[in-house]
Parts: sequence; C-alpha cells; structure tokens
Amino acid sequence: MQSTLSQPQKAALQTKTETISGSEAVLRAMVAEGVYTIFGYPGGAIMPIYDALYDYNDKLEHILVRHEQGGIHAAQGFARSSGKVGVVFATSGPGATNLVTGLADAMIDSTPLVCITGQVFAHLLGTDAFQETDVINITTPVTKWNYQVTDATEIPSVLAKAFYIAKSGRPGPVLIDITKNAQLQQFEYEGYKPCDHIRSYRPKPVVRKEYVEEAAKLINAAERPFVIFGQGVILGKAEKEFMQFIEKAGIPTAWTIMGMSAIPTDHPLAVGMLGMHGNYGPNVLTNECDVLIAVGMRFDDRVTGRLDKYAKQAKVIHLDIDPAEIDKNVKTTVPVWGDCKETLPMLTELIDQKVYPQWLKRFRDFEQEEINTCIEPELHPSSDVMTMGEVIRTLNELTNGEAIVVTDVGQHQMVACRYAKFNQSKSNITSGGLGTMGFALPAAIGAKYGAPDRTVVAVIGDGGFQMTLQELGTIMQFDVDIKILILNNQFLGMVRQWQQLFHDRRYSFVNITSPDFVQVAKGYHIEGNSINERKDLKSALETMLNHKGAYLLEVMVGKENNVFPMVPQGCSVAEIRLK
Amino acid sequence: MSKQEYTITVYTENQIGLLNRIAIIFSRRKINIESLNTSPSEAEGIHRFTIVINETEDVVKKLTRQIEKQVDVLKAYYNTSDEIVWQELALYKVSTDEIAEKVKVERLLREYGARAVVIRKDYTVFETTGHREETDRLVKVLEPYGLIEFVRSARVAIIKASKGFHEKLKEFEQREPGEELVENEYLDRQEEVFTM
Repeated sequence: MQSTLSQPQKAALQTKTETISGSEAVLRAMVAEGVYTIFGYPGGAIMPIYDALYDYNDKLEHILVRHEQGGIHAAQGFARSSGKVGVVFATSGPGATNLVTGLADAMIDSTPLVCITGQVFAHLLGTDAFQETDVINITTPVTKWNYQVTDATEIPSVLAKAFYIAKSGRPGPVLIDITKNAQLQQFEYEGYKPCDHIRSYRPKPVVRKEYVEEAAKLINAAERPFVIFGQGVILGKAEKEFMQFIEKAGIPTAWTIMGMSAIPTDHPLAVGMLGMHGNYGPNVLTNECDVLIAVGMRFDDRVTGRLDKYAKQAKVIHLDIDPAEIDKNVKTTVPVWGDCKETLPMLTELIDQKVYPQWLKRFRDFEQEEINTCIEPELHPSSDVMTMGEVIRTLNELTNGEAIVVTDVGQHQMVACRYAKFNQSKSNITSGGLGTMGFALPAAIGAKYGAPDRTVVAVIGDGGFQMTLQELGTIMQFDVDIKILILNNQFLGMVRQWQQLFHDRRYSFVNITSPDFVQVAKGYHIEGNSINERKDLKSALETMLNHKGAYLLEVMVGKENNVFPMVPQGCSVAEIRLK
Repeated sequence: MSKQEYTITVYTENQIGLLNRIAIIFSRRKINIESLNTSPSEAEGIHRFTIVINETEDVVKKLTRQIEKQVDVLKAYYNTSDEIVWQELALYKVSTDEIAEKVKVERLLREYGARAVVIRKDYTVFETTGHREETDRLVKVLEPYGLIEFVRSARVAIIKASKGFHEKLKEFEQREPGEELVENEYLDRQEEVFTM
C-alpha cells in the first residue's frame, strides 16, 4: 500500500515499530475504530483472530451467537439502534456463506457493517480446500465493498478503508476476507491510521445550490405539497434538521417503513405510513398533491405501487445522498443531491413559513374514514378473538412510545409498524427491503447491545420466530434483557392473506404447527407466558416489561385476521383497499 | 425510447474483483454485454473499461450511475457510436495454397486495408482493424476460399467531442498516486511457510 509518510517520517517511525501478527492488527483496528461489541462464531479458518481476541476481552466484548445469520442480524440491530458500525466475525466456507442473507438485508437497508471472515491459507486458494468458498465472489452483489487480504501488512489500511466505506455516504455492509496465513503472519506494525478519503470514492455528491433554490421555489409556490421521507433522515442524523424543515414549511408528512420514528409518530404534521399496508390518506393523496418532496427514500415498489400511475400530477423534488437513486424509479423534476443534514437547512432557509389547513384536513378526513373502517375494529375489536393491533395498542400504553420495537416480517410487522407509537429516533428496527423472516430475534439482541438503556421488544410471528429461535441460547448465555412478544396466528399469516385475496383461498402450506414456545424458552432458562384471552393481555404485557431479564410472551391472536388497508400488487396507491 | 448501441467508458482503480462487480450490474438486469475491453489508461494505476451494449438511453443512464457508485470506480460515461472513435481488430486464418492460387492477394490487401501478419506454408493470417461492417466484409470475401479461423477483438473507443476525463485523471494521479498492489510472497511458497 502506498504510504503518505515522507522518508524521514518513515525512518522515525521505523524505530518505533513493533512486530505483531495479522490477527492482532485486526483487533487493534477494532479498538482504534471505537468498536466495543463484536458478534461472531469461531471456526478453523478464523482461529488465529479468536486466539488474539482471548487477550482483548477487557476491550472487546464478543457475543457468541448460535448461527452466523444470527450474528449478522445482531450486528444489524446493533448498528440500527446505535447509529454505529456493526461488526461480525465468521469463519470460512459455511461460516461465511451463512452471512449472505444478513449481508443482502444490510445492503438493501443501507446498514453499516464490517464483516471479517477467515479464509483458508493463501496457497490453498482455488484448490477446493476444506471449508474453502469463494466468499469474495459470493458476496460481491450484496456488499458495498469487499476485499481479500492475503498479506498481513495490508490489514491496517484495508480495515481503515472498510470502516470508512461502511459508515460514510450511503452506508452499507463491507466484508473483509482474511486468509489464515495473513492472520498468523508477523509483520512490522506502523500503527493504525483511520481512513478519511479514497481517491475513487465520493461518499457525498457536491450540493448544487441552484437545485436547492429551484426546489425552494417549487415548495413556495405549491398549494398541496406533501413530504415523504425514509431512513436517509435517520442515517444522516438529520432528525432535527428535518423537523425544522417540515415545521417551517407546514407540510403534511408521511414516512416509509424505514423512515419511521425519525419524527414522533403523533407529530401534528405526521399523517402516517406510506406503502402497501400504509395509511389511507398518504397513499391516496400522493396522487393529488402538486409538489411531492421525497427525503432520503428510494421509491421502493412497496411504496409506489404501479409506477405509471404514481404521483403523475406532481412535481417531484428528490433529496438523496446517492445519485443513483435520482430518477431510478420516479422521474424527478428537481433533484437535490447531497447529505440531507446539509441540504435540508439550505432548503429551510429559502422556504416561506406556511400552513395548509385545508390540505391537512383532507389527510385527517381520510384518517377518520380509516379509523372507522380498519383502525377501530383492529385496536378495539368487538369479538372475543384478539387482534394483533390491540396487542400493539396495549404495548404502546405501557411503554409510552419509549421502547425500541424490533419486528420480523409478515402481518405482525405491518401491524406493529402501523400502530406502534414512537417518541424518539432509531426506535423502529425491521427488515424493510429484503423482508427477512428470522431477522427480529437476533436483531433485538444486537439492538439491546446498541442501546443498553432502552427497553427492547422483539415482536415476532410464529413463523419467523422458528427461523432463528436458536438465538435463545445467546440470550441465555449473555443474559440479554430483551422482551420477546410472539403474535401467534398459527399461520404464515401474510402469505395466507395473499392466498385468501389473490389465490382463491387455496391455503397452500401456510398452516404452521409450533412447539410450546413457553416450554422452549424454559429450556433456555428464559421466563415466559402464553395467553389467549383479552382480560389477561395488559397484565401479561406488564409482567413481561417489568421482568428483570429476558422474557417471552406468546399471544394467541385471530387466525384469519387480515392487515388492511392494502394496495394490491400491480395497483396504483390511490386504489388502496380499506377492506 | 428505442434501443441502440451505446459504448460505456469506465475509469477505475486497478483492483482485483472489480470486473466481476461491474459485470454483475449488467447480468442481474439480464442485459447482454456485446463487447468488453479492459486496459490501462494514460494515467498510471488507472484502468479503463470499454463496454458495448444495446439498450435504451434511460437504461444506460441508470447503469452508468450504478457503475459509478462502485467504490473503486472513478468515472463512467456513455456515448452513442457517432460520439466516439472506435475500432475493432480482426484476424483471419486462411490456407496459403488456396489464397495464393485463387485470390489476388495484393488486391485483397489494398481493398480491405488488410495486413499479412504471418505467412506459413500451410496458412496465412491477415489482420484488419475497423468498424464491425468493415471487418465483416473481409470475412465474406474469404469465406469461399476456406476461412479456417476468424477472431475479432472487443471494441476500443475514444470519445470524440471533449477532452474526456484526461485532465482530471492526470490531476488525480498527481495528487494521489494509486495504491501499489501488494505482491503476496507467500502465495507460491506452499506449506513451507505455514502449516496448521
């Protein structure tokens, strides 16, 4: 690697160098980058790093998961609740391939991760050696950057680059594959120099002031402006700047599932969630606004429905840090490239202080219709059968919007994201883009390490829970204080809902039998309870939340309840169905 | 928007695995690459990809942005064929006897701008460079005389209009020289270096 030091500097340093192993250099990089928690699973090809880790347990806490997929989801949960880079260690071959789902999840949800995988000795590469896989090529499509280290001297600079790439610009997962010889190799260590620049990498595009001005003009002239935002606000740590912007602009504001919790859910300008199972008003009125201001969101197909019928009447302003997102799905009238922490204040300065009472009332009218048709029956059902919505409503009452809610994927996810109340950012952790079942339990473990002072509730369906329930072992061993709330409808509920609505009720393999979850938890020395009557709901949730340490609560909910509203696939957002 | 031929020019770091990263951008969208060439550029340590595809401008624009998003890519451009100067190299192997007897070789060489690269008793290899139609013409002429083998290279292209990326590249190179690739001395030394 090219050194930027002058000859005399190098000479001066040489007297101070020390000989260390590649493995030790990995751990020194971790400490230098401020890492204090690592999720991982050892194995033959990463053993030298684990051997070095043995001497670092005062600086680095290692959480032994039960499966590498659990490890990477935990690192994702950590990153999402803390806003820092999540770190995972795994061995070569099956260890590395078990990371792929989490990498894909982190890639699509822009989660900063650094994964270190062990690899066979360099001289064995390409020989189909024991536990050898071509992890670089396997992970290329699901990483922001990856690199194979075969020589220990590369380790300090490559890891510095890895952390810089993972966390800068639009964040993402980075994987560094280190051959065993490089881990064992002794070399002259010249210290760790964090990376803040890479020649070919431009994390933030240059802000074009003329576009910001153009955007401000459009906003000032708008009669029915509408703001939609995504996770970019949270990733850019721009919650305050965003709030100042919408409050000055006075514009009704809706979030994507990934943007949720960036502003309090009951903010006076908040009109709810967008998308397939989002709220009625924001979906319908997307097709009636005259200026659509999209902030840090990527117009996912679950948000837009049919693109040829999406906001065709509106002038679109798109603020994004990733230039490749501009015009990718929705054609933009004015693109505002840049980090929204930088561009939002520029925009706020140029816009007029306004209110749109009539326009906001239209959202509230739709909201009332949604309350009458869907929300009220879901949150206060008249039948004896419990609904997922009322469980979340009761949870809200008990947590006051202060808890971190980690969801898996399916009906419970949509219900939780529709009804959970949040008062602070980084509170809604879910597998948004990839929709990974099995995400919630390990991600909740990571979220607790990322925000140890906060209550973490993992809301999981009976299907998703069974995909990664082995992580109960991790919770047991490390005494992780998370609350596991299983909403059991004895079905793979979302698939069943689709089969009911679009496949003529042909319930093909969605009927899932579950073990006695409370007994399973008991086997891991985790306290638990299962309820199926409404009268027990509040006290059972209270017991769960007040319990010191991990707790599992299973709530038996209606078998064939559906999540509404819904934009059927292939329909316009304005065709959202209330029932 | 109709499809047409576009030439994408990508300036990159000289990094192992980058070819795969760029190829994936096309293959995951099921877009066929007509021709792909990689070579060093005029700036030390900076490589250049020339990729030809048939697509609509909208798609090509998005592809270029996705390519430019890669960490090791400095810049990506796309151009229609009339915005670039481009060439392909073709080699033709024919039987020397056949060609000497039946074709007026001299005329052939003049008319098609061909050059004999190798002349052996059993075969002769000609070379031409030019656009696809030009190199194809000689294939047609030689086919009746038993064309033994034919091969054509990927496209190389230079942008007509602007100075391209040259000044910027030189600037980059001066200010921040590229990283030297680490030569791993242990790769060939097998178990003598490390054992379990």
